[in-house]
Amino acid sequence: MGFFNKLKQGLSKTRDSFSEKFDNILKFTKKIDEETFDELEELLISADVGVCTTQELMERLRENSKKINNLEELKTVLKDEIINFFPKESISLTFPAVILVVGVNGVGKTTSIGKLANRYKAEGKKVILAAADTFRAAAVDQLEIWGNRVGVDIIKHKEGADPASVLFDALKAGKARKADIIICDTAGRLHTKKNLMAELKKLYRVCHKEYPEANVTSLMVLDATTGQNALSQARMFKEAVDFSGIILTKLDGTAKGGIAIAIASELKIPVWYIGIGEGINDLQEFSPQDFVDAIFI
Amino acid sequence: MAFESLTNKLGDIFKKLRGKGKLSEADVKQAMREVRLALLEADVNFKVVKDLVFRITERSVGQEVMDSLTPAQQVIKIVNEELTSLMGSKESRINFSSKDITTIILVGLQGSGKTTTAGKLGRLLSKGGKRPLLVAADIYRPAAITQLQVVGEKLGLPVFTMGQQDPVNISRASLEYARKHNCDVVIIDTAGRLHIDDELMNELSEINKTVNSNEIMLVVDSMTGQDAVNVAAEFNKRLPLTGLILTKLDGDSRGGAALSVKAVTGCPIKYVGMGEKLDDLEIFYPERMASRILGMGDVLTLIEKATADFDMKKAKELEQKLKTQAFDLNDFLDQLSQVKKMGSFDQVLNMIPGLSPQKLKGVEFDDKELDRVEAIINSMTFEERKSPSVINGSRRKRIANGSGTAIQDVNRLLKQYDQTKKMIKQFTGVEKSRKKGRQKFPFFGF
Ligand SMILES: Nc1nc2c(ncn2[C@@H]2O[C@H](COP(=O)(O)OP(=O)(O)O)[C@@H](O)[C@H]2O)c(=O)[nH]1
Ligand SMILES: [Mg+2]
Repeated sequence: MGFFNKLKQGLSKTRDSFSEKFDNILKFTKKIDEETFDELEELLISADVGVCTTQELMERLRENSKKINNLEELKTVLKDEIINFFPKESISLTFPAVILVVGVNGVGKTTSIGKLANRYKAEGKKVILAAADTFRAAAVDQLEIWGNRVGVDIIKHKEGADPASVLFDALKAGKARKADIIICDTAGRLHTKKNLMAELKKLYRVCHKEYPEANVTSLMVLDATTGQNALSQARMFKEAVDFSGIILTKLDGTAKGGIAIAIASELKIPVWYIGIGEGINDLQEFSPQDFVDAIFI
Repeated sequence: MAFESLTNKLGDIFKKLRGKGKLSEADVKQAMREVRLALLEADVNFKVVKDLVFRITERSVGQEVMDSLTPAQQVIKIVNEELTSLMGSKESRINFSSKDITTIILVGLQGSGKTTTAGKLGRLLSKGGKRPLLVAADIYRPAAITQLQVVGEKLGLPVFTMGQQDPVNISRASLEYARKHNCDVVIIDTAGRLHIDDELMNELSEINKTVNSNEIMLVVDSMTGQDAVNVAAEFNKRLPLTGLILTKLDGDSRGGAALSVKAVTGCPIKYVGMGEKLDDLEIFYPERMASRILGMGDVLTLIEKATADFDMKKAKELEQKLKTQAFDLNDFLDQLSQVKKMGSFDQVLNMIPGLSPQKLKGVEFDDKELDRVEAIINSMTFEERKSPSVINGSRRKRIANGSGTAIQDVNRLLKQYDQTKKMIKQFTGVEKSRKKGRQKFPFFGF
């Protein structure tokens, strides 16, 4: 099932869905007036788009409102404005690649790595996983189970080991075994913890230093249920490891992930992939059009 | 957009309205716009916000502005009171069973922090004299069982596992096990699940029926956005929730989800997770959360903690010194011991309103270091403490030897001292721009 359908299915599970409300507005409002704008504003806010970005969108809608004749058009304009926030360039990977996966605790880093590994392997790439979350209890075991599921090698040390040395070994193994992609799991950390962010910077440096020929990329994993704090997360992780894209997880729930719109608008960071379940295949490439459609249908 | 403190914004709005007077409808309306934005920025659900703003407006219009307060403070006081009362006015504890084993089920979305919280809660209860058993009922997520086992081992708490069998059976068997092994509390760690996952939600009600729980607590990530209400409402519909646990509050999220989940479930927030260590679970205090959501810093906590621990007279002296910039290492040492009583330095700094993380950039205070710092300062002569600039290379060496530290440690401390001095300047700057601070607090001249 495509992302679109899966999302639609997810949405239909809530009576109170965004799209339904949107439709209601369209149905019951005869002309476009202040009330329409107010309600639209509320809908964006309830999708976690955030006050700032919502106000910006509403302003643009208002600017265009003279040209808008009916509610269908209004909907299209709003969608287009949102889509325009997302940077045009999408996933860019050249091989060999090293991907450092970062994010706060519990967002779905390890699971997403399992799914990514599966995806790249299916594309015929040789993948190696680095178990550099040496902090959380049994994090290594968790990644190892994913490695076995997918059928890819994993480099690990004991719990409590230095994450940089795990990464170092993984890079060495990746070179020796001619891997196309080395994906490095990291411990979840709150972006406000200075020492832990410094540790992440170090991992990033190790990648560049030990494997300069590789295309070193970081991805931030973001839970779609996250509210406005995600902006702060994105800023701080960007500063630490200059990540190129976001993996937006848990879109199979009822959260709309609107914060990704705010991040795209304010920080110009694209979403690369979305997570839509806990299964090995529940990862899809992000398409702004599908994303917005799924919200607004 | 950096979040400007609500205090400042309201201050601007009420600039015209000086001194005494009544809050007019127009004033209040303007203020409520800001209150609304602040609450939405803090992730309070928009329906809850609507409700709140309505109530606060009703209460505020026509209110006499008290002598001791600015109009802005008056409004914030009302907002704060409303938030606090909505959040539940008193902190509440676990309902222990008086005769039998107390059973606690932890439930929630994926990644909300249930397993870690199970460990922390076990630790907290065992410190309180209970004998908890941790039960691994998350049979789905890879290595979830191992995770709980590792946590239990670290804490010296027993963990009950039955592999990947039916969680209902695991839960039932765990009671037997607890009885046999003389445990009086059972904490069941369940798999994370979506509230719309019918099958898994049914599994939870089955578990609940089987163990006849005393507590079912919903574990909520404090960074959750608007969807928190949908999640909490659905869990509450399916299960007789008795409480909420808010996790990851040690970050910089405003935690508006707390208000939202409380509002839709009516359940009290019983604990908050404040860090990665297994000790970092605390009792929840509603009034602190209210001021956090409002972005006013945890002034209340600071004051509360401070009045309990702080020697006021010393503080007054210190304030004087700070004003004249005569703050030396003797005072620094003094401060450190006061701070140690109040909690971690980071925590204390975080509680101070108007102090953005950016301002603290480069100023690092590691708690573990406090002891070392004390040792270093204790190895200095009184003269050296008084004017640290006299500490040259050979003195540094002597101090390092005397305190059993490295020269780099001594250097770092002297640097920290310099930074603190700079920071104090900033603080006193903040104070000036705030005009009539009601509760002028002497700590660091704030
Ligand atoms: N429903 C759903 N759950 C997910 C998704 N991605 C991850 N999870 C779950 O979220 C929880 C935390 O994931 P994990 O990979 O351990 O997070 P980490 O701490 O960031 O490594 C696990 O229970 C995962 O199964 C997703 O896209 N949808
Ligand atoms: Mg992980």
